[in-house]
Amino acid sequence: MSPSAKPKLAIFGAASCGGCDVAIVNIHEHIVDVANAFDIVLWPTVMDGKYSDIEALADGEIAVTLVSGSMRTDETIHLARLLRRKSQFMVSFGSCAGEGCIPGLANLSSRQEILDTAFSTPSTDNPEGLRPSWEFGAAEGVLHLPEFEPLLRTLDQVVDVDYTIPGCPPESGQIWAALEAVVKALNGTGPLPPKGSVLGAGESTVCDECGRKRDVKKIGRFVRIQQVAEIDPELCLLEQGLPCNGPATRSGCGALCPAASAPCIGCYGAAPGVIDYGARLMSAFASVVDATEPAEIDRVLDGIADPVGQFYRFSLAGSLLRSGRSAWQSDGE
Amino acid sequence: MNGNGHSPVEGAAPVPGEGEIRIGVYVCHCGSNIAGTVDVVEVARWAAEALKDQGVVVAREYKFMCSSPGQELITDDIRNLGLNRIVVAACSPHLHENTFRTATARAGLNPYLCELVSVREQDSWVHTDRAAATAKAKAILAGGVERVRRNAPLDAITVDINPATLVVGGGIAGIQAALEIADAGFPVYLVEKDPSIGGHMAQFDKTFPTLDCAACILTPRMVSAGTHPNITLMTWSEVTHVDGFVGNFTATIRKKARYVDADLCTGCGVCAEKCPKKVIDEVYEAGLGYRKAIYTPFDQAVPRTPVIDRENCTYFEKGTCKACEKFCEADAIRFDQQDEEVTIKVGNIIMATGYELFDARRIAQYGYGRLPNVFTSLEFERLSNSAGPTNGRIVLRDGVTEPKTVGVIHCVGSRDRNFNNYCSAICCMQSLKFAHLVKEHTGATVYNFYIDMRTTAKAYDEFYQRVMEEGTLFVRGKPAEVTEAGRLPGEEGKIIVQVEDTLAGRQRRIPVDMVVLSVGLQPRADAKELATRLGISCSSDGWAIEKHPKLDPVATMTEGVFIAGCVSGPKDIPSSVAQGAAAAARVLGRIQQKQMNLEPIKASVHPDNCSGCRICNTMCPYNAISFLEAEGVSSINAAMCQGCGTCVAACPAGAISGTGFSNEQVLAQIEGLLMVGSDGTPLKRAVFPEAHPHGNGHRQPDAVEEAVQA
Amino acid sequence: MSVQTAIASETTGTVSQATTFEPVIIGFTCNWCSYRAADLAGTARTKYPPNVRLIRLMCSGRLDPTFVLKAFAEGADAVLLTGCHPGECHYIEQNYKALRRYRLLRRTLEGMGIEPARIQLVWASAAEGVRLAGEIARVTEEVRALGPLNWPKDLLAEVDGVDLEAAWAATGGDSGDPPPESDANPDAASEATR
Repeated sequence: MSPSAKPKLAIFGAASCGGCDVAIVNIHEHIVDVANAFDIVLWPTVMDGKYSDIEALADGEIAVTLVSGSMRTDETIHLARLLRRKSQFMVSFGSCAGEGCIPGLANLSSRQEILDTAFSTPSTDNPEGLRPSWEFGAAEGVLHLPEFEPLLRTLDQVVDVDYTIPGCPPESGQIWAALEAVVKALNGTGPLPPKGSVLGAGESTVCDECGRKRDVKKIGRFVRIQQVAEIDPELCLLEQGLPCNGPATRSGCGALCPAASAPCIGCYGAAPGVIDYGARLMSAFASVVDATEPAEIDRVLDGIADPVGQFYRFSLAGSLLRSGRSAWQSDGE
Repeated sequence: MNGNGHSPVEGAAPVPGEGEIRIGVYVCHCGSNIAGTVDVVEVARWAAEALKDQGVVVAREYKFMCSSPGQELITDDIRNLGLNRIVVAACSPHLHENTFRTATARAGLNPYLCELVSVREQDSWVHTDRAAATAKAKAILAGGVERVRRNAPLDAITVDINPATLVVGGGIAGIQAALEIADAGFPVYLVEKDPSIGGHMAQFDKTFPTLDCAACILTPRMVSAGTHPNITLMTWSEVTHVDGFVGNFTATIRKKARYVDADLCTGCGVCAEKCPKKVIDEVYEAGLGYRKAIYTPFDQAVPRTPVIDRENCTYFEKGTCKACEKFCEADAIRFDQQDEEVTIKVGNIIMATGYELFDARRIAQYGYGRLPNVFTSLEFERLSNSAGPTNGRIVLRDGVTEPKTVGVIHCVGSRDRNFNNYCSAICCMQSLKFAHLVKEHTGATVYNFYIDMRTTAKAYDEFYQRVMEEGTLFVRGKPAEVTEAGRLPGEEGKIIVQVEDTLAGRQRRIPVDMVVLSVGLQPRADAKELATRLGISCSSDGWAIEKHPKLDPVATMTEGVFIAGCVSGPKDIPSSVAQGAAAAARVLGRIQQKQMNLEPIKASVHPDNCSGCRICNTMCPYNAISFLEAEGVSSINAAMCQGCGTCVAACPAGAISGTGFSNEQVLAQIEGLLMVGSDGTPLKRAVFPEAHPHGNGHRQPDAVEEAVQA
Repeated sequence: MSVQTAIASETTGTVSQATTFEPVIIGFTCNWCSYRAADLAGTARTKYPPNVRLIRLMCSGRLDPTFVLKAFAEGADAVLLTGCHPGECHYIEQNYKALRRYRLLRRTLEGMGIEPARIQLVWASAAEGVRLAGEIARVTEEVRALGPLNWPKDLLAEVDGVDLEAAWAATGGDSGDPPPESDANPDAASEATR
């Protein structure tokens, strides 16, 4: 790479679905502004680049690195740490990096269970019961493949993170706003956000952006969306019994899902300062259940068929407990 | 952390403006109360070493931290060592939190930067293993240290005290309280549910041990209360709603319609005379006498204004009669009168709503309600009372025959696991009084069936001796049955009390003409609901809970609400009067000071973080949380907030914080409590497994790894 | 069925094989009822096992599920919630909110592998010191029978003094490069790692 006066940008997807990269590209013509403002040194989804090029850089030479995807293999952990060393600012990009996201739900299972599910389904043709292994002796030599960690981790559980952009994926408009702010800060034409700030999101929760009419909450039942014949387009979804995670989910997405009568599932993560998203949501839902006898309370709560999924769909790996017990406790693994 | 960044709401920033946290730790021996089980020297030594990184600068142990020299250790260290946090490990915060906080303040440090953790009530007094108790003391202390690091300086909140007082209940306790406050020159609202004040005492004949006529000693008080310029009497009224907090309560009183204009009524009583509708008086006469549909409960009623019993009034039933209106010379009858709601503002409330009686029908084997000549204590009072339905003649249910033999049974529904476990305090004296009155009125033979004789107060035991000397017969035994199934000679036409005479050691069947059941006292059926409305709690028995059973019997856990009389448990008239006066004295003390300091434990909403989801809106029983439509956020009225913290826990956005018990403080305390294991060494922790333990480069074998293909 | 963690350590420090497991339990009390009950148990010198460490809140309604999760995450074997009896809450009705949160916490934690008996709720009025002591003893024995929970902490975040990169490099894991003794094609290997 020829040296350039432009600040260097790295965009890395760890264990990710690629959606965050798509969301970045979805800033449309602004992508040209990004290319003009930065010298992109790594973006595997979009352009060529080698890890050795990154290793060759001086520490802190990359101005900003955006890391999406979670820390699932020892390769991703290694690269996160490598990029951290080489970067001035490390940005946790998207829900996977920030809190584990959907892949984080794999923390409810042990590594063995995950591998078995992937490699021994009824439709898998794997008569010898092969599993991925860390070393592979090819004709050309021994290959070392990334080891599958028993636990999925978030980016900040592995490296020191400067900023976070939440969302699954972050809304493209918010991405551009965040990148623009970063460009201005690097130019000196705008303030540098304090370390630890969340960019591209609001200071409140989804309800703040939701146009539905709200009243006091007295929930007599929880229902699944399939069970509702008609959803009132004006009224708060939670008040209609649909477990909407909006009250606990960070604002910034524009409340797109509730606007389409889909209850918020929580992809923008926790509100400012919250250390366990699921706890906040559990507390809120339980507090407004309209029942006082244990049997009646349980009957209402039965309406949430999968509490772990409801409360930790995106945030399990970043929660206080981080995982289910099977992930770390097993019979002789 | 899940990478969501810090904010003032739930983040862990230390107190702004404080540089280094410097903590002083003080472990109290409390003589041998703590030191006898917990190795306090070791705990202090450990704190100085193991908690150094947490900011502990000095750790001392001392015989009695609450003593003057003990407190001086704290104040000296604050001044000399520049301490800005204090943790004392000693007795319960309910005892000495104030002591140490005051000492801290004396040394110039904000008192809320001092924490007291209990290693006595919660450790040395309840455990025996020295090693385990010492380990737990370390954990408790570490919890306190971690917590205090997150304490913020707080200022007590000062509130004004409205000099008006609300007294709920116009029995002897309520009247006493009202008169004391009114005599001191301050306004009182005395609210009574019945048409007249006086309570149960107005129904009694004579009171023990002096045998004073109840009405004679009560009615002068009633009249004083009814005419006192500082007392606003609201009878036939109920408190329906109370808002606010100490010094600033707003109460709504529903004045039920009497259908009589109280301002015009002269109390002449002609209306009741002329009223054609007779009704059994279940309340005042205990069902033994009659009243009219328009009535005053008794002759000395205060106020004298009658009420119309709507359900039994011919006019309200059929639209005819109106005899009262016809004959009323003051033209005071108002059939169209409506219930009236009045809102009052008071600074303090005294609840003195008394008791009701145990329903004797619940003990079927005593035959009350089935056998005509089994009476309850209240019925007996009405018989004995010269103004009662029999003009003071103690007679059988036929209204004519005097009994020759009477049995009085103590402890009916009291000291009984099947009904009420407690002792009703007054029934022994009451039963002795009945024995005396029966003898006085009829000369009959009287048997008292008792379990124990509880005659504890002044002149009580002398009264017992007197009744013994009068010839009353005492049988120590709880009767098994009262029956009319006579089968032995001498039993026909009698009711038989079947009892084991435990002193004689044999079963007895004692035929009597009349049985009086000394029924126990119970909380009123509506007491709990009213207590809730006033903001205080009742025990599982239903009696109102006092702040401290020994040292604070008239205060409650709720500032500004006091209790007096039987509402908190059975007691005799002298005790009720004393409590009424005591409650009044407490209230007067507050009024006199004009202002009061409240604990600054309050919740507040951070509007920037509030999304207006309104989940908190139903969390507050004090209605301190409101929704501001225009701003789209919820808001908490700090004055009304009682500091329970429920809304803080409920907010899904973490947008509500609470002083004194913040998230940071509690989470830190949890960390501290889990610093040591049960043996006093650091808690052994497991670690999350890793595929590639970067610590030592040694790879974990994978159980299902295929052999490396060469 | 015996379970072992992948890298586990003992929860007691003593060496003897016959050591009984001593659970470490965090208990939440409310200032008006259950904390006073605990004090009363103390005043009455009622004896109970030393396994529960109490935190005083003003009200059981202050109980934030975050506290329970934090306790487990910091190594507690169980959590005990206490408060005033329903209908007797000093703040009128806040214990109902605590009850509802407890019911939901319990089933969610069960979904994460924590047995329901590790989170228990006991109501105790200020007068029920002896009863509370009895309940604490009962809960302690129930948790003892379940064994340690010992929820792990993350060593990955805490390793200090160890050169992680050197450890990684020694395995030849960088960029798919083979370890020094291999002569494989680096580009072919790096293809395989993506």
